[in-house]
Amino acid sequence: MSWKIWSLKKSPWVFHVNTGACNNCDIEIVGLLTPKFDVERFGIKLVGSPRHADALLVTGVVTAQAAPRLREIYRQTPKPCVVFAIGACACEKGVFTNGYHVAGPVDKVIKEIDPDAIIAYVPGCPPKPEAIISGVVKALSAL
Amino acid sequence: MKLQELLNRLSEIKDKLTKIEQASEKRIYLYCEAENSYAVNKFLFEDLGLRFVIETGIDSGPPFNPIDCFEIIYHYSDDESGCVVNLKVFIRDREKPAIESITPFLPAAEWIEREIHDILGIDFKNHPNLKRLILSDDWPEGVYPLRKEVKK
Amino acid sequence: MNKKVRKPVLAVGPFHPLQEEMEFFQLTVDGEIVTDIDVRISYNHRGIEKISESLQFDQVPFLVSRICGICSASHPLAYVQAVEELAGVKPPERALYVRTIINELERIHSHLLWAGLAGHFIGYDTVFMWAWKYREPVLDLLEEITGNRNNYGNVKVGGCREDIADELRPKILKELDEIEKKTDMLTKAVLDDPILHARLKNVGVLSKEDAIGYAVTGPTARASGLAIDVRRDDPYAAYADLEWNVITRPEGDVFAKVVVRLLEVFESIKIVRQATKKLPSGPISVEVKEIPAGEAVGRAEAPRGETFHYVRSDGGNRPVRHKVRAPSYVNVPSFKASCIGQHIADVTITLAAVDPCYSCTERLAAVEKDSKVVHDYDALLRLSREKTERIRKELL
Repeated sequence: MSWKIWSLKKSPWVFHVNTGACNNCDIEIVGLLTPKFDVERFGIKLVGSPRHADALLVTGVVTAQAAPRLREIYRQTPKPCVVFAIGACACEKGVFTNGYHVAGPVDKVIKEIDPDAIIAYVPGCPPKPEAIISGVVKALSAL
Repeated sequence: MKLQELLNRLSEIKDKLTKIEQASEKRIYLYCEAENSYAVNKFLFEDLGLRFVIETGIDSGPPFNPIDCFEIIYHYSDDESGCVVNLKVFIRDREKPAIESITPFLPAAEWIEREIHDILGIDFKNHPNLKRLILSDDWPEGVYPLRKEVKK
Repeated sequence: MNKKVRKPVLAVGPFHPLQEEMEFFQLTVDGEIVTDIDVRISYNHRGIEKISESLQFDQVPFLVSRICGICSASHPLAYVQAVEELAGVKPPERALYVRTIINELERIHSHLLWAGLAGHFIGYDTVFMWAWKYREPVLDLLEEITGNRNNYGNVKVGGCREDIADELRPKILKELDEIEKKTDMLTKAVLDDPILHARLKNVGVLSKEDAIGYAVTGPTARASGLAIDVRRDDPYAAYADLEWNVITRPEGDVFAKVVVRLLEVFESIKIVRQATKKLPSGPISVEVKEIPAGEAVGRAEAPRGETFHYVRSDGGNRPVRHKVRAPSYVNVPSFKASCIGQHIADVTITLAAVDPCYSCTERLAAVEKDSKVVHDYDALLRLSREKTERIRKELL
């Protein structure tokens, strides 16, 4: 496997994107940094720019206003990268399925610019922090 | 203020209202036409000192109104009595719905009037900043999501 | 960094890991002082009111609990209270107590979450880690009671969906004692810290007059001397049966808002303790067959302030109109009054002090002058922390 994939799996740097979420998933993601879950001991680090990211943690249903921004962030993230759709909204719109201002879900919006994008799904509303960690680790091991 | 005092004071503007309805101990509904909205709102906020809560814009018709029209309900709270005073204003012109903005004396109304403008297409005259608020930059002009003709 | 920015693009740096949501504030500055603000909220607009019209009355609570993650108990409660008012339904007493317990537990973890974020914004990351660590037991408790850490899905028109098992009551009381001890430590640490006094007093002041003009609610209002609280003014659930205090402060600055929120946690602990001990026996819901035509209002005191729902029915099984007013919708605009004239180093903490439930409204920050970005969000955060450091050096 390429050294890029190897380094991604060893210590993934993740960038968090909220595309119109209620905050529950976002809080659980931020909670990963806090003492009870403490993901930094696994080498998982939340970074401040997509340019430094190996993976995107995307929450939210992708509203019409957020869609172009999400695509821009994806473009700026160096490849290979994994897009994690965190939560029911990001996976398949959840309760907002019939919303008039909803462009999502995440895979649809990303695949419009990159049909070969690697997308992983962590369902839940919100997924517990343990589920998010498990999902990230599982997806990266499968790479 | 206490409920009875509130009711007494509301009768001071009864000439601008078409109806005063006390639905229950803590819920009052006032009805008025669009041209009196500004004066009544100013009275409720400045004279009675009620707290502004929000405005609800509705594309209304039967069974609530025999003829299709727009309603804006201005919700206020009298925190001492716990009473919610709902002022229902009727905008009868469906082609070019417009009403006087209350933002000039009530800054809290700025956002909701922009929102109602976005989702129902009602014009708020003399609003200091009637720009798009909640719909996306590329949302098509003339499509008002909360109007009845826009399918759910 | 000088960029010509008309739209918020990533390069402006709004997606800081700890600033979770997207909203768009354009601050105009003159040197280092804020002179004007424009706000653009759209990133989080999901069209909930319209979706509500396509759902049946008993499906709506599941939708509205997802308006906002940390007001996820208050929105469905305000909604079902509106429908219960419409239908003339009175839930059984036990249901009222269960609702009270869950809503106050939510207030506790929400205020602790806020304390952590506020600490982060001014460079007190220990406070952030601590507050979020001690919030976890509250989430565990909520999970044991309702099945989920967030989005409890426990209210329905007519009562509650799930009961609190009597065996859980001693555990709730025991956990409350622990939470109280930890909150006490945190509160003392905050109130005794001279750096925090210097950093947060007279910062981001919202005058009482502006608080009224912007119609703010919740701790934002109470910290500016407005003694308003829906739990006392228009009592719902079991609040009228229990003893607790409305906490207010007159100063209107960020420090006052911190104090109000921390002291409210103690009041919430008091409420949950009483409600758990007094939990009446009996059913937890009544059956509701039909919702008649009409209209009604329901409101609840969410952690951020008054949550207001208006529901109109034509006698069918769906709402004809459902208006949702989250507290942040009136609190966030008040940022205009508390921020203009402030130094840019204080912008992030002034906004955070309003505790915007960012998905109740939305948020993103950029600073712009003559269409040039002068300070992006990361820069604003850095300036905020640098100011704290300067104060620390001056005082020690």
